[in-house]
Amino acid sequence: MNFSEVFKQTNQLCKVSPDGKYLATCVQYRLVVRDVSTLQILQLYTCLDQVSHMEWSSDSLFILCAMYNRGLVQVWSLEQPDWHCKIDEGSIGLVSSRWSPDGRHILNTTEFHLRVTVWSLCTKAVSYIKYPKACQKGIDFSRDGRYMALAERRDCKDYVCVFVCDDWHLLRHFETETQDLAGLEWSPNGCVLAVWDSCLEYKVLLYSLDGRLLSTYSAYEWSLGVKSVSWSPSSQFLAIGSYDEKVRILNHITWKKITQFEHPAIIDNTKATVYKEAEKRPGVGSDEMPLHNITMGATLFNTQSKYEICPLPVQIPVVKPDPDRASPKIGISVLAFSSDSRYLATKNDNMATAVWVWDMQKMSLEAVLEQTSAVRCFQWDPLRPRLALCAGNTKLYLWSPGGCVSVQVPTEGGFQVQSLNWHCSGDSLILLGKEQLCLCYMDTDQEDNCSPDKNM
Amino acid sequence: MGEWWTTETSMENYEISSISHVTMSPSRRNNLVSMYSFPLSKSSYSVISAFCTEDNIPQCISYINQELASLGLSSTCIEAISPGDTGLSTVPALNAMYELLQIHRRSMCNLEELEREQLRKSSTLEHIQMSNTRLKDQLELSIREKSGLHETERQLQLKIKTLQSCLKTEKDEVQKLQSVIASRASQYSHDAKRKEREAVKLKERLSQLLIDRKDKKLAIDVLNCLGRADGKRRHWKTTKATSSHEDEMYKSLLSDYEASQRSLMLENAELKKVLQQMKKEMMHILSPRQPSTRGATADDSQEQADLDGEAKGGDASRESLDQYCEHAREQLTNSIRQQWRKLRNHVERLDSQGTSQNQLESNKEVIPRETHEDEMERMRCEVQQCREFIHAQQQLLQQQLNTSFDDETAALLNDCYTLEEKERLKEEWRLFEEQKRNFERERKNFTEAAIRLGREKKAFEEDRASWLKNQFLNMTPFTHRRRYSSSDGQSALSISKSVASNGLNLTKITASLRVEYL
Repeated sequence: MNFSEVFKQTNQLCKVSPDGKYLATCVQYRLVVRDVSTLQILQLYTCLDQVSHMEWSSDSLFILCAMYNRGLVQVWSLEQPDWHCKIDEGSIGLVSSRWSPDGRHILNTTEFHLRVTVWSLCTKAVSYIKYPKACQKGIDFSRDGRYMALAERRDCKDYVCVFVCDDWHLLRHFETETQDLAGLEWSPNGCVLAVWDSCLEYKVLLYSLDGRLLSTYSAYEWSLGVKSVSWSPSSQFLAIGSYDEKVRILNHITWKKITQFEHPAIIDNTKATVYKEAEKRPGVGSDEMPLHNITMGATLFNTQSKYEICPLPVQIPVVKPDPDRASPKIGISVLAFSSDSRYLATKNDNMATAVWVWDMQKMSLEAVLEQTSAVRCFQWDPLRPRLALCAGNTKLYLWSPGGCVSVQVPTEGGFQVQSLNWHCSGDSLILLGKEQLCLCYMDTDQEDNCSPDKNM
Repeated sequence: MGEWWTTETSMENYEISSISHVTMSPSRRNNLVSMYSFPLSKSSYSVISAFCTEDNIPQCISYINQELASLGLSSTCIEAISPGDTGLSTVPALNAMYELLQIHRRSMCNLEELEREQLRKSSTLEHIQMSNTRLKDQLELSIREKSGLHETERQLQLKIKTLQSCLKTEKDEVQKLQSVIASRASQYSHDAKRKEREAVKLKERLSQLLIDRKDKKLAIDVLNCLGRADGKRRHWKTTKATSSHEDEMYKSLLSDYEASQRSLMLENAELKKVLQQMKKEMMHILSPRQPSTRGATADDSQEQADLDGEAKGGDASRESLDQYCEHAREQLTNSIRQQWRKLRNHVERLDSQGTSQNQLESNKEVIPRETHEDEMERMRCEVQQCREFIHAQQQLLQQQLNTSFDDETAALLNDCYTLEEKERLKEEWRLFEEQKRNFERERKNFTEAAIRLGREKKAFEEDRASWLKNQFLNMTPFTHRRRYSSSDGQSALSISKSVASNGLNLTKITASLRVEYL
């Protein structure tokens, strides 16, 4: 595993192009484009203000930089650095901005969600979509890029609009049976749209592409409901994480629950392995501190850590949320399927230091990773069943079915990893700190050689 | 006297018993008198005559006196008027009689009293007995009541417990609902606050806009328009386009459904195949047991035959129908269920038979057990053989190592074992010696050659030096010295050519030198 040097970035804006060749970072009001393998700066663009959001177009030729304070969007071209494009939303403000799947249209959501403006870069034409809903996830594009689903709120009722991305023609417009629609997501095969209600009501509705209601699922009433929803990449399963600390899996044939995964505080009676991170502090002047550690610049505060397999029963530390506050920190907030749909990784906000990995073939718990600090972010390798996670400290953690490894990020001055992103080839990871970023290149031959006590 | 008493007493007894029976009657006295008169009238004379006769008057008198004395009537003594006379003195006799009467009367009165007392007592006794029974009844009743009350109390206690648990659950539910309500309320208030804040912002912005009225126009400023991503031209928006969108959408939906249906059908076919296989295997497992078991599984074999026939007959046609006919599918699942039930019963029977260790019926066990035993025996023999073999080997090894008991033979044995090696070693040593000698010889030659070479070299050097000296001297104008120096060059004639070339070079150098010089 090799680590690159550390570069600056602001706002956690650092994205790899869809074709995997370039890395774009924003540093204050500048946009820096590097080559992924050599990390040499290829292009440098200057925007008019600090960039709030940056996105690559699907063909990796253009980059969108949105400045929400100023209501401006600037688009840069990689092939022609002289080409420029500026979209000014004017007094109506800008809350979010994104590319359309064809990479030639930009959708801007104005302030207060008054409307969605669709700018065409081919014809400079403008279209408007009225009454978009301000919710957790109001717009979703299907994976093949042909359709866009948009949540609409009109006269205190929720509707879903399905647009054809080719010419923004409204294909279907239907009312949903939700009280307060919180989000919608296309299945990876693009035929089913999952729509879920806000947390006050547990309701997940499944609509077919042509607007027919296929099924409704509601696990219970009255208590706080759905917190997160995720499709498996094969479109076979829909995982619903809720505030009652359970994940329910629906199958795509009958849309009924096939199993539910629970996250108890005391893990017992399971065949899963529990990996617990144990820190080993190098003592002052001890013989254990090997020479290469010192030469790598590790200070006394960079504690090494390794994973130990804990025997059952294991107790996971639980933090009880404040009952008076809204949106309590309890329930399954993050769900992630591995690329082969074999594993599902979940995080319960109640137990912020633990990541649970479930095996979808056996429908049982596969592993639990307990960290010393709260887990910030985790993501699956796009090609292999390998999970990378970070916990806001200077280490990077990797889990694969063969074992678990904890890697110290070898940077001077301590680089706290706040979030991470995999490169689309699965060969490297981009680690983002508060103001810094670093690339980690994996060894391609060492896929499953991680064992629980190996330290790198 | 004794006889008299017995007869008397018997009579008296009868009288007394009759008296006692008559205690209730008021006219007792009369009866008494009549009683008195009765025996007096009837048998008194006989009795009295039995006691006292003309002969034993004085004895009777003394006896009576004794009796009277014993009764406490000492004053009166009955005496005869004169001894030997049959008559009695009347006064004491009458006194005695009077006293006796008094005594009698008193005793009668006592008796009466006693009877009265007894009557009273018996009545009280009866009364008490009655009250006793009554009280006993009451007691029983109250005991029963008590037990009944206990029972009701117990039931009530039970009811209380269940009600308490119900209450607890209700309380818990209420609490849960309250917490749910509280969380919902907080969520609602949070959302409401959020919406309010947004509304406020809207209002502010609206007021700002109305005041500002600068109205920055929204615009896009592009250097040049881009081509479409796929390179094609933009199409006009026509109804044909919209319908084509619809078509496309339906096409994609249909293809997805078809794909899922295909995969489901494949899965279905696989599962059916598996079920068929399972059924066949189950039948196969159940059928081989038929020849070994005679009695217990006769019915099984019958059913087996039935199903086998069914299967063989209907299988071919059924397989083709299976894919389409629901009825056939049901049949398949039913038959599988039947087979499985049979297998399960069979296994259960085997288990029970195994545990009961019934040798007579368990034919099917004896054979496997026998084979099992045979196998075990065979393996034991093998193990034994191996052990013996190992032991033998060990012994031999020990024999080899222990050379102490027979040095000669041991030495001989050792020799035998290492003979071949020794021979080989000797051969090698011989070779080695030969090579060593060769090397020595060659070394000697080389040293000699080296010495010779050294000497020749030295000679050559001397030659060269002298030749050079000669040349040099020859160069000089003193020509008469030439003859002296040429004799030195004789010994180095063999290497003349190189010397000559060297000499040529030297002459060139000297020539140049000469030129310079001049």
